Amino acid sequence: MFKKLAISTVAAITLATGAFAAGGEGHIEDFDFSFEGPFGTFDQNQLQRGLQVYTEVCSACHGLKFVPIRTLADEGGPHLPEDQVRAYSAQFDIYDAALDEDVPRKPSDFFPESALENAPDLSLMAKARAGFHGPYGLGINQFVKGIGGTEYIASILTGYTGEEKEQAGVTFYENTAFPGGWIAMAPPLYGEDVEFADGHNNDLHHIAADVSAFLMWTAEPKMMARKQAGVVGVLLLTLLSVLLYMTNKKLWAPHKKKH
Amino acid sequence: MGGIPHDHYEPKTKGEKWLHSRLPIVGLMYATLTAPTPKNLNWMWIWGIVLTFCLVLQIVTGIVLAMHYTPHVDNAFASVEHIMRDVNGGYMLRYMHANGASLFFVAVYAHIFRSLYYGSYKAPREVTWIIGMLIYLLMMATAFMGYVLPWGQMSFWGATVITGLFGAIPFIGESIQTLLLGGPAVDNATLNRFFSLHYLLPFVIAGLVILHIWAFHTTGNNNPTGVEVRRGSKEEAEKDTLPFWPYFVIKDLFALAVILVIFFAVVGFMPNYLGHPDNYIEANALSTPAHIVPEWYFLPFYAILRAFTSEVWVVQIASFVTGGIVDAKFFGVLAMFGAIAVMALVPWLDTSSVRSGRFRPMFKWWFALLVIDFLALIWLGAMPAEEPYASFSLIASAYWFAYFLVILPLLGVIEKPDAQPATIEEDFAAHYGGDADKSAG
Repeated sequence: MFKKLAISTVAAITLATGAFAAGGEGHIEDFDFSFEGPFGTFDQNQLQRGLQVYTEVCSACHGLKFVPIRTLADEGGPHLPEDQVRAYSAQFDIYDAALDEDVPRKPSDFFPESALENAPDLSLMAKARAGFHGPYGLGINQFVKGIGGTEYIASILTGYTGEEKEQAGVTFYENTAFPGGWIAMAPPLYGEDVEFADGHNNDLHHIAADVSAFLMWTAEPKMMARKQAGVVGVLLLTLLSVLLYMTNKKLWAPHKKKH
Repeated sequence: MGGIPHDHYEPKTKGEKWLHSRLPIVGLMYATLTAPTPKNLNWMWIWGIVLTFCLVLQIVTGIVLAMHYTPHVDNAFASVEHIMRDVNGGYMLRYMHANGASLFFVAVYAHIFRSLYYGSYKAPREVTWIIGMLIYLLMMATAFMGYVLPWGQMSFWGATVITGLFGAIPFIGESIQTLLLGGPAVDNATLNRFFSLHYLLPFVIAGLVILHIWAFHTTGNNNPTGVEVRRGSKEEAEKDTLPFWPYFVIKDLFALAVILVIFFAVVGFMPNYLGHPDNYIEANALSTPAHIVPEWYFLPFYAILRAFTSEVWVVQIASFVTGGIVDAKFFGVLAMFGAIAVMALVPWLDTSSVRSGRFRPMFKWWFALLVIDFLALIWLGAMPAEEPYASFSLIASAYWFAYFLVILPLLGVIEKPDAQPATIEEDFAAHYGGDADKSAG
């Protein structure tokens, strides 16, 4: 009965959440990221490359207003040295009311907000979109692949066909990943838009993946600590279950003896 | 303890006697822990402890979250991000709290359907059942208001849709809606009162939980056979029961630990699985999400709400008879609350004298269909309001009402029940063997 019930509740929940997924029509390409699955971790070098792509390209229009700049130094993130974080923060200005003028940001300040009014903030974008809903719309595969928010972003960045159309004075660009097929954002990346100091591959596919990985970190900076806590929790509770199982069995044994 | 004869607490030392004559709290704890419990309880009787754990988990994590949360429309969303990024262990607290709500509802649905199958709601346990239904209603209110607090897109639009339901009530609906919202639309006043009530209601639930436990300790537990514990003498009662501690405490804790393994796997590895991605977008009154979907645990009743459109003939008749006062929207609201009301009234709708579904050959099938119906309603509630889902929803909603209002009253009359064991001891021995006299000792 317990087993049956467990199966049916799981089935009900998965059906329900899977159903949330209905509606995404765009084609989402499955990128392989280092942080997928229960044991996946961020690739520190990839996050640093992604930060560079964000800074040199995306930040022209988009902001990261929920991300404190100091967290760039955090372990489990880009893990930049403190002096680099200080230098990085100083390139963005912030209005100081006491001085009534713009001053350079400090690491304790946040990333700037979006510069363009209709460019969404990217802090949580990787969690605010779901690329994967499978299998059969159950969404269970996010256990191994994540919800696909990073894949959604990377697929948008690589999904432009080159077609354009004008509607009510606004230019739309055809994109195979965007729901509806036409997006207002002009293609931001073409490949080789940034030059990496270590000479890492900078073709479109690679930089799209790098910046998506960086945005996964901005959305879920404590992912590695969380997964670690999950592993410890599951292991300890499994051990506790085994001990309680044996205790329970021994406790009841005198009352459950067969004739 | 339900008139089941058992040992009582005897204060021995001078200090114990002093306290006992002034406040018999040790005796109360003793009676609670040693409560004679039917020894044939199966694994469906573990949900009570899971639910108790959930309530404690939600209150403890919730209190700490409230220390860092800001209930203001300008700061709520950012303060949740502050919790996720800057508060020590804040991400864990929030994910446990959010997924804890889901575990709470998984457990409460299992608990409710357990009672529906084994007839735990039948006399003399009607009061336990009614208090349980009140707890369930308060849980839904608390969960709904809690989901509004992060002030994401689903929070805002969910609040708009659900409070709008109250606006559908004729004559007084608009005033109720305004009272709920604290103004004409979902805004800062709404967020503030939801935060206040979200903090208050769990303690009301805790109070009702005490009454719930008090009520079933007065009648004694039901059990899978539905046969009552023998109350003739202490010796007889002890053949049917074992004390709650240690037998059922350890058994329940084992089940809880297994469930928590799954819970921690979800929290650790897929914490947003049961959430909606749109809730990571800050609330925006000017942009409506493509699909407004409530949390999974509301979906069955959401499906019933949406099933009764103006094209359904019962709705048209109701509208005609009441001169348009009961329109499709109000009918849907009535159906949604009615679905819970008929469930709450089940002690008086079920006419069978046999308690447990185990000995009711026809009931079993109708009950299985009810479980399938409930799961189907969860699925349908998440589907878009279009064909074929609309027709399926209507059929599934109709069955929900038919089960309680037609099938249960009739079954008691036409069904021929199977033979029941004479005692719990007999049932236990049939499953596990064991010598009656020894097992009592």
